[in-house]
Amino acid sequence: MGSAQTQTATQEKQQSAQLKASPQTQLKKVDELLKDYEAVIGIETHVQLNTLTKAFCSCPYNYGAQPNTSICPVCMGLPGALPVLNSKVIECAVKVGLALNCKLSLNSKFDRKQYFYPDLPKGYQISQFDVPIATSGYIDVDLPVEFGGGHRKFGVTRVHMEEDAGKLLHTGTGSYSQVDLNRAGVPLLEIVSEPDMRTGIEAAEYAAELQRLVRYLGVSNGNMQEGSLRCDVNISIRPIGQQEFGTKVEIKNLNSFSSVGRAIDYEISRQVLLHSQGQADQIVQETRLWEEGAQKTTTMRKKEGLSDYRYFPEPDLPGISITEEYVDDIRNSLPELPEMKRRRYEKMGLSMQDVLFLTNDISVAEFFDATIADGADIKLAANWIMGDIAAYLKNEKLSISEIKLTPQELGELISSIKGETISGKIGKEILFELMAKGGTVKGLIEEKDLVQITDPSEIEKMVDKVLVDNPDQLAKYLSGKTRLQGYFAGQVMKESKGKANPKLLNQILQQKLDAKK
Amino acid sequence: MLSLVQNPRVLRLPNLHKIPLKCLHASPTPSPAAASISSAQPTSQILTIRKSLLAGETTAVETAKSYLGRLRRTEPDLKSFLYVSSDEAVLKQAEEIDRKIGNGEQLGPLAGVLVAVKDNICTADMPSTAGSKILEYYRPPYDATCVKKLRENGAIIVGKTNMDEFGMGSTTEGSAYQVTANPWDLTRVPGGSSGGSAAAVSARQCVVSLGSDTGGSVRQPASFCGVVGLKPTYGRVSRYGLVAYASSLDVIGCLGSSVADTGIFLQAISGHDKFDSTSSKQVIPDFTSQFTSVDDMESKPLRGLRVGVIRETLEDGVDSTVVSSLQYAASHLEDLGCTISEVSFPSFSLGLPAYYILASSESSSNLARYDGVRFGNQISVDGLSSLYGNSRAQGFGAEVKLRILMGTYALSAGYYDAYYKRAQQVRTLVQEGFKAALDENDILISPAAPSVAYKIDEKKNDPLAMYAGDIMTVNVNLAGLPALVLPCGFAEGGSSGLPIGVQMIGAAFDEEKLLRIGHVFEQTLKDLSFVPPLIANNF
Repeated sequence: MGSAQTQTATQEKQQSAQLKASPQTQLKKVDELLKDYEAVIGIETHVQLNTLTKAFCSCPYNYGAQPNTSICPVCMGLPGALPVLNSKVIECAVKVGLALNCKLSLNSKFDRKQYFYPDLPKGYQISQFDVPIATSGYIDVDLPVEFGGGHRKFGVTRVHMEEDAGKLLHTGTGSYSQVDLNRAGVPLLEIVSEPDMRTGIEAAEYAAELQRLVRYLGVSNGNMQEGSLRCDVNISIRPIGQQEFGTKVEIKNLNSFSSVGRAIDYEISRQVLLHSQGQADQIVQETRLWEEGAQKTTTMRKKEGLSDYRYFPEPDLPGISITEEYVDDIRNSLPELPEMKRRRYEKMGLSMQDVLFLTNDISVAEFFDATIADGADIKLAANWIMGDIAAYLKNEKLSISEIKLTPQELGELISSIKGETISGKIGKEILFELMAKGGTVKGLIEEKDLVQITDPSEIEKMVDKVLVDNPDQLAKYLSGKTRLQGYFAGQVMKESKGKANPKLLNQILQQKLDAKK
Repeated sequence: MLSLVQNPRVLRLPNLHKIPLKCLHASPTPSPAAASISSAQPTSQILTIRKSLLAGETTAVETAKSYLGRLRRTEPDLKSFLYVSSDEAVLKQAEEIDRKIGNGEQLGPLAGVLVAVKDNICTADMPSTAGSKILEYYRPPYDATCVKKLRENGAIIVGKTNMDEFGMGSTTEGSAYQVTANPWDLTRVPGGSSGGSAAAVSARQCVVSLGSDTGGSVRQPASFCGVVGLKPTYGRVSRYGLVAYASSLDVIGCLGSSVADTGIFLQAISGHDKFDSTSSKQVIPDFTSQFTSVDDMESKPLRGLRVGVIRETLEDGVDSTVVSSLQYAASHLEDLGCTISEVSFPSFSLGLPAYYILASSESSSNLARYDGVRFGNQISVDGLSSLYGNSRAQGFGAEVKLRILMGTYALSAGYYDAYYKRAQQVRTLVQEGFKAALDENDILISPAAPSVAYKIDEKKNDPLAMYAGDIMTVNVNLAGLPALVLPCGFAEGGSSGLPIGVQMIGAAFDEEKLLRIGHVFEQTLKDLSFVPPLIANNF
């Protein structure tokens, strides 16, 4: 779970805000029209589970491996091969079901969803149809402060288990395609939301929260670029006040949270414009593709009625039976989830901005928790993590778990500054050393002789030396150029190699200068 | 048609023994050829081979040569094999067994036993086409679990047997490659879909063979060819490596020339398999312990066992010779000490349509993988859907297409409830019916098929007539129960009569009882020999 690729939701959202601004100014008219409509948005998310082996065979799955190197008779769908369920898949599904506040089905089953496509080796996908493992849940979301903030609850219709398909590799000439079955049989959870979202940012934040959730639970790396988390959006618009839904359109190819938000904003404008111009009949049930380059959606395929997948119970797998005890054991082993963490941090007195930043990435939140566990100052710990440490991580493209600095040493650093053993400036310097090379705060202070000089007689000596060494400046000072006091302070600090306690230094310098007058 | 019993509903079976046996037994006197070796009861070839190997009376190489010789001699007439192993490959394995004997090493229970394997069971060293053009030249990269177990037990796989394409048929005429003849009369079908496996055992081209049974595909050909066919309980034998037809009904079964052989054979392939989650973890009893010699049996060896005759299997549409043979079998069981009663099974006739809906539905899904992308001839076309269409049009035979279409229809939106769901409800009724009947009885008996083997081409263009022939067997698959078919009589036909089989149905996982009853039945059946004339003088 390399956090270098972990686009923090906040960063993405800022981007989306800027991008949104320009077309909006151009489309003043649309902006006016938008006020009369509301969008109804639902999201279907596929989460690839990070189990050691695939859902129904013992092949491992590694993203980016050479094509067709992680396959066997089962995931290739060879004649005579049979699926055997990896029990970890159920465990992951139950974890996610519980985290989404769902009702769990103690008795469920697998079904076959049938369609032909070259990346689907058996001609059917093992999925769940009428009895999904989890139903009727919800997810809590805190909208980013820069978008007005606010808390939302979005319904989750269902969570079901299924297997992934392979991938088609299209050749340059386009004359033929190749099939890579490495991904075939990798376990997925499909999470279907209620049509509860109304704006692009709500939808993007719903998806980001799902990503946080699966990462907190450790069931998926949730990486959108690698396709470990895939979102398909269903969207329709209706005039405000209207009860019935408008015609819904599906949008695919959304590879980041910001594209979720932008695609929805684009689609809302498109549909509202058509509707307001009396061309509502041109909004048809179809699948549209988000084009990142052109920043627009285009028709991918029109849906001619409902496709018939001819679902029927998978006869090769026995029914899935889980017990209350099994569910309770999993419930008791769940980690603190993002929503719980946010409420706890909020109670600790952190601002919502800080809360959202710290809870966005589980490894950051864990680092923060470990830092304050030893009694470090909460606000200072938050500031260090969100400031210098976050900047360093961004520059070095590292995750917080990859740096050498430990939460214990960050705590030590904070208390060393607070206890005036070292200055804040020196604290910053050794922070970078700690992140890059490791070591302890105490060790570094000793090794580099960085302990702050708080002995007044030592500082006095240095002040005296500076005043003696700079007779010209002293004369000017005495003749009224009092601003030169700063110059002297700087020279003394230099003399002390930055270690002099600044407060004490200024105090003594003032006394000495006053005495010269 | 029912010459003896005009209305089976008023049949009183307990009184059967009062009817003179000669009158009941409608078979002609067995021909001299068969009669000449009829003095001996069926003996276990597996045990005979083992005994003579261990006693040094013969070698595995000699045994293999004797079977291979008969196979080569009869195969041009029978065409029971789609692939025969080279002599070299077979003899090399036999030599290895002789070496082991020489060294005094432990021998597997099937050491030196030549086994034929139905072509829908995967073998890594031989093609596995399931009788279909779409899998022509296909060689699986792995052995089916049962094949792996056979090899571990010392068996020598001699070849792959002919079958109706993907198991869909009752005559083996549905093979994309060749038509297999019945060893009792070369102008007749061997039954199907495991017709090649049944014919091969009947003609002693091998010792035992593996078949598969989705709706009767082991039992009906066993009846047609005069051999013993055992359909185990669903889950007793792993299906891993069995090319799926209808997953919830498919079982791998055993064919042999004696009950003991099928029992020893079943022992070797039974058990839970981590690669098949529908395989059962039920303990496997020692099936072989009960194959005692007839000399050691008491006068009423089956005393106290209750046998139910399924009334509906003796009604209209069943040949009179079949009915009388069944009655003869019932009276024979009564002579052995069983109590015979009649059992009525109201849902019996519903099983056939339910079976065809469920089997077709599952097959339409199981056969979707043969899409021309990875198997068979990929027909070169511009678009994806014509690639699928053309590859499947050319790769599948007519019967397979028919069932895929029926199954696709039955699972379609708007029809699912009326067909698939109804059929599942019928399946539950059938299961309940069997449960009630088996609570009252130790086993149930019925014919294995409504007729003896019919002529090649006779029902080829009448699928409904062919489907109707499955009436005796499909209910057992719907209920997942074990059933044993063994010869019990003859009807006129061919040069020496055509065999008729009785089907014994037991409770789930009670193969042990079926094998015990079957063995006693077979060992005490007088004056009937089931060696076909084709090889009678050479065996």
